[in-house]
Amino acid sequence: MEFDTVLMSRLITAMTLGFHIIFATLGVGVPLFISIAEFIGIKKKDKHYTLLAQRWARGFVITVAIGVVTGTAIGLQLSLVWPQFMQLAGNVIALPLFMEVFAFFFEAIFLGIYLYTWDRFKNPYTHWLLSIPVLIGAGISAIFITTVNSFMNTPDGFLLQNGEFTDVNPIAAMLNPSTPTRVAHVLGGSYVTVAAILATIAAFALLRKKGAATYHKKALKLTVISMFIFSILTALAGDLSAKFLAEHQPEKLAAAEWHFETEENADLVLFGWLNEDNEVVGEIRLPGFLSFLAHGNFSSPVIGLEEFPEDEQPPLWIHYMFDLMVSIGFFLLAISFIYLVFTFVKKWNANNKLFLWLIALSGPLAMLAVEFGWIYAEEGRQPWILRGYMTVEEAATSSPYITHMFFLFLLLYIVLGTLCVVTLRKLFKNNPAEVELEKRYPAFEKGESE
Amino acid sequence: MSYEVIGISVLWLFLYGYLIVASIDFGAGFYAYYAKVTKRDHIINQIISRYLSPVWEVTNVFLVFFFVGIVGFFPKSAYYFGSALLVPASFAIILLAIRGSFYAFENYGSKQSNIYMFLYGATGLFIPASLSVALTISEGGFITEENGVVSLKYAELFTSPLAWSIVALAITALLFISASFLTYYASRANDEKALNLVRKWAIFWATPTIIMALTTMIALSQRNERHFNNMLDLWWVFGISIACFLVALALLYVGKHYGVAFIAIMLQFLFAFFGYGIAKFPYLLDPYIHIEDSVTSEPMAIALIIAFIGGLLLLIPSLILLMRLFLFNADYAKGKK
Repeated sequence: MEFDTVLMSRLITAMTLGFHIIFATLGVGVPLFISIAEFIGIKKKDKHYTLLAQRWARGFVITVAIGVVTGTAIGLQLSLVWPQFMQLAGNVIALPLFMEVFAFFFEAIFLGIYLYTWDRFKNPYTHWLLSIPVLIGAGISAIFITTVNSFMNTPDGFLLQNGEFTDVNPIAAMLNPSTPTRVAHVLGGSYVTVAAILATIAAFALLRKKGAATYHKKALKLTVISMFIFSILTALAGDLSAKFLAEHQPEKLAAAEWHFETEENADLVLFGWLNEDNEVVGEIRLPGFLSFLAHGNFSSPVIGLEEFPEDEQPPLWIHYMFDLMVSIGFFLLAISFIYLVFTFVKKWNANNKLFLWLIALSGPLAMLAVEFGWIYAEEGRQPWILRGYMTVEEAATSSPYITHMFFLFLLLYIVLGTLCVVTLRKLFKNNPAEVELEKRYPAFEKGESE
Repeated sequence: MSYEVIGISVLWLFLYGYLIVASIDFGAGFYAYYAKVTKRDHIINQIISRYLSPVWEVTNVFLVFFFVGIVGFFPKSAYYFGSALLVPASFAIILLAIRGSFYAFENYGSKQSNIYMFLYGATGLFIPASLSVALTISEGGFITEENGVVSLKYAELFTSPLAWSIVALAITALLFISASFLTYYASRANDEKALNLVRKWAIFWATPTIIMALTTMIALSQRNERHFNNMLDLWWVFGISIACFLVALALLYVGKHYGVAFIAIMLQFLFAFFGYGIAKFPYLLDPYIHIEDSVTSEPMAIALIIAFIGGLLLLIPSLILLMRLFLFNADYAKGKK
């Protein structure tokens, strides 16, 4: 079977990134929660939180390792699979890529120190302080990488003369128009996803009723509160992103919203599907809401897809990705909000079975939302790799071996994914929280347990 | 000094850094497996895992630094090296991934599985072999460019004496570097048994390393005469390198000052590596990438250099902290902490 090298180039990159962003998201978010838990543990002298931080950190070692190796893979694949793109874009956007390595280096050094020095300092805050460079390094890495992706969407900081980029301004390229909204949405999204994943772990433990209920309830409360806060922030950042798209990248918003004709008082299309004649059926229409989403005003005109040449329109199926992402986002917001109301009204039982199941679902769903959002962001840029300057087709490698490499990497990710799950299971199954609490803090447990 | 010279010097320094730290890591993997097969793992494996666990990510970053940096300073290299190296570099990524995950997965396994130890040892030799392809093809004649399609001449590569001698040099050198570092580390930890074993290995690999270095020189003279002649002009640099090697070897024989011996070996490779690199100047990829016409724009070069200096100011104190806590903390090395 003959494969198209451009298609295979896209598939290999989609696969590597689709796999990598799971671990990248964890890598950005988990350090924050480790740090918060350790801090509360010291402040309240509550060993439950200390153990929480330690157990999260232990799992984090595994995921961070996969994040590092897949990150190395995508770093090299950028040049191996998209040589023309890197040659062109490298002239303008190399700076944040370069700085990202520094940020990661910084994070890696302190993570190494943090993990191996739990009992080495007299003052417990000294060890806690070591978590700060880790979470800052992780956050800054995410920011730098997001600026590169933003640059692909809204290139800036150069002039195009005779096919060459001149008057390069690396800072302007980094701080291109879409950087602020995207950075906010990516960071918020990472934190809310990790909060949801950690909440899932706690909810599952409570559902299984194996013990250490107080410990898991504390974990649940901490993570669900965070989930609530960060899902509000992420939704706000998402709203800003939509307004930004309407202004600077209208075809991306139009394709996602199935908004074909430029009009005032535009309807927001929710769900639905396209029939054979590319007409929208089975949708929910919110009159004027697209205008509101795009411009904060129900009557403002919103640019439709008709204004772009057919070969410069993103595929219409990104509507599903967009809707799925937004729906999950609102689900997370709702479930965390209801949980909090139940928690603060003391006579209602927040830890009932239904709630715990819904929270247990939110982690995997949040990670899916990250994937959907990412697919929307990348597909919404099509056919461009560098919007307005270079198409994906022009940028791909011409090497016929790309197909072989695809299957080789597929195998690698299957192996890594399996090993990751197996190792994490082994790590926590043989040493559940209740056993560890009993072993490490027997006196504390007697006083605290219900 | 022009931007391209600053850029390539910095990158070369990082590649040198990777050469040293990765050699220690790769060699340690090989020795760990070898010791297991020869039933001597109880003697040295504790030393190896205590050193390697905290630093493997740092090692990996040196490599990432180099390739991100070279694309930044010389974007054209992304096009030529990227197009040509799809297959060898993909293999390197996969091997690096297997190896990187080793630390995470194996550290938590209760007993060390034979398969994983084998992979850990084998990847240590195959990764440098696949990465060294980049050095080989940079000498020229292994790449064609037709109708805007860059491709690698695999037959030419696999039958090239230069390619194979570079591979052999990489492997012998890493075993030598690694064994001499482990010798120093064992002496810091006052681990007499481990010391005797790894010291023997260090002395054993010294001779093949020098033989392969000379063989590579000969092979290079047939492939790229310009590069070879430039190296001859820099004879004194290689002279210093050999002098450092002799000092190190003498100290290893006498059994004293292992720290100094290891520093001498680092200097040996520093001089050899820079002598080789300076002689290669001005081509990054003969004849496609000439350093002067492939360098990035001035504002980008300045930005990268500033970022680099800023980054170093942040990283050097952090690295010193890391080393004081683990590498050069005698209690930690002995396993007391």
